[in-house]
Amino acid sequence: MDDTKSKISFKMFKEKAIEKFLLIMSLISISIVFIIFLYLILEGVPAFSTIGFFNFIFGTEWFFPTDTYGIMPLLIGSFYVTIIATVIAVILGIPSAIVLSEMMPPSIASIIKPIIEILNDIPSIVYGFIGMIILIPFMESSLSMVVGESYITAGIVLGIMALPTIVTISDDAIRSVPKDIKEGSLALGASHWETIKNIVIPSAISGIIASIILAMGRVLGETMAVMFLIGCIPRIPTPFYNIFQSGSTMTTGIVSEMGEAARGSLHYHSLVGIGVILLIIVTILNFVADYARIRVQKKFG
Amino acid sequence: MRDIIVVKEFNLWFGKDHILKNINMNIEKNKVTAIIGPSGCGKSTFIKSINRMNDLVPNCTTDGEILFDGFDNIYKKDVDVYELRKRIGMVFQNPNPFPMSIKDNITYGPKIHGIKDKKKLNEIVESSLKSAALFDEVKDRLDDMALGLSGGQQQRLCIARALSIHPEIILFDEPCSALDPISTSKIEDLILDLVEKYTIIIVTHNMQQAARISDNTAFFLSGELIEYGNTSDIFETPKDKRTEAYITGKFG
Repeated sequence: MDDTKSKISFKMFKEKAIEKFLLIMSLISISIVFIIFLYLILEGVPAFSTIGFFNFIFGTEWFFPTDTYGIMPLLIGSFYVTIIATVIAVILGIPSAIVLSEMMPPSIASIIKPIIEILNDIPSIVYGFIGMIILIPFMESSLSMVVGESYITAGIVLGIMALPTIVTISDDAIRSVPKDIKEGSLALGASHWETIKNIVIPSAISGIIASIILAMGRVLGETMAVMFLIGCIPRIPTPFYNIFQSGSTMTTGIVSEMGEAARGSLHYHSLVGIGVILLIIVTILNFVADYARIRVQKKFG
Repeated sequence: MRDIIVVKEFNLWFGKDHILKNINMNIEKNKVTAIIGPSGCGKSTFIKSINRMNDLVPNCTTDGEILFDGFDNIYKKDVDVYELRKRIGMVFQNPNPFPMSIKDNITYGPKIHGIKDKKKLNEIVESSLKSAALFDEVKDRLDDMALGLSGGQQQRLCIARALSIHPEIILFDEPCSALDPISTSKIEDLILDLVEKYTIIIVTHNMQQAARISDNTAFFLSGELIEYGNTSDIFETPKDKRTEAYITGKFG
């Protein structure tokens, strides 16, 4: 009697112990996220309080020798680079996704798709390096730019980096459109392209939008490749739409100056402050992308 | 000439699989022709040959002729498949409305075929839904999503969608297999109404359904047309033993 009893209680103990272990591990993972948020906010807040949140965001000058910290030049830089990269990735990526999912025989698509996905596995430093030795000289010689490092140069390379995100997720979204409704369209005498344009793409649009937003998030957070390609000069371009000028983004701004900022100084807090703003923007983008993806799932159950 | 479709020595392969074997069959105009047979006998493939939906299957090859008024052989090289599918509509096994409003589901076909006039499109919406016996149920919510309708309503919407471009023939591929008995009887009544204006070819698993609504019945087995004739003859005095075995429920 006693023996079975102790066996059972040992099993129960083991069960409880494993449950507790799993719970603790998951709590640690979740709390790490909160710690990162909390740390960033605590370290960034002195910048907002000293400089003023409004002046910090809309200040047009970033110059640490005079302790002037306005992140507008970096916001503009990130904005231009992200827009250029997204436009390039969309122009190349959406047609690729349509060809992969709708026009290629599945046997060939299953070879091509992993090849495009390899772009995702290349370390970003390699992109920066290739951009530096190929694209920058090309920009300087063919567009007669004095300095090849610019928003456009960084944007082009990041566009290629973001391509697999758009192709993979859009391709999945297009594939998830039920075959039934495509056949319904074709049976009414619509051509393949008419079916793609009127039925397939509108049905997959939430997923396609999600892919674009995730690609934007990726570009916005990218650092290493941009370091090589943008010049790392925190200034507002003149005129303000001159994307052929050197500049800086939020990420490169942090990296290029963090080494020289004394810990605890206003400079240091301001750099962390950039991180806070970046985190907020990327988080919002991810929420929007998730929302779009949930919508596409709901549409087809 | 009361035959609208003439199938002559028609063969079809998916890759190396010989799916349809030497089919010869005339289909009468303004009649309901039922295609029966066990699963995998090629009956769905056969009706999809009539509007060339099998073109979508990779490695599909055909031999022989299907003659249709105005086209001669629909498998000739220069045939306008889009025009063919405009004249031969199709309703599928599972209701497949587009993820858009009820109204947009109906106007989709006419718009593809070049009708832009709003008034004309609205007329088509009303007349198609009326012909599909759905208008009274949905007239106050034409802008609602079609996916909010019940299964039976969705199938009648798909029928209305097929009617919107005024086909001559409507192919039904087991249209009731996903529906409850009440919805099924509504669709059957509808088919009996539609046959006054259209030629109907219906694939069905349900032999009572074939007996109830069809004028002619074809029995397929393993890709061959075993017996074809007047529905009452097929069901009452089948000539072939295999037909008799199937309709009496000995296999299938």
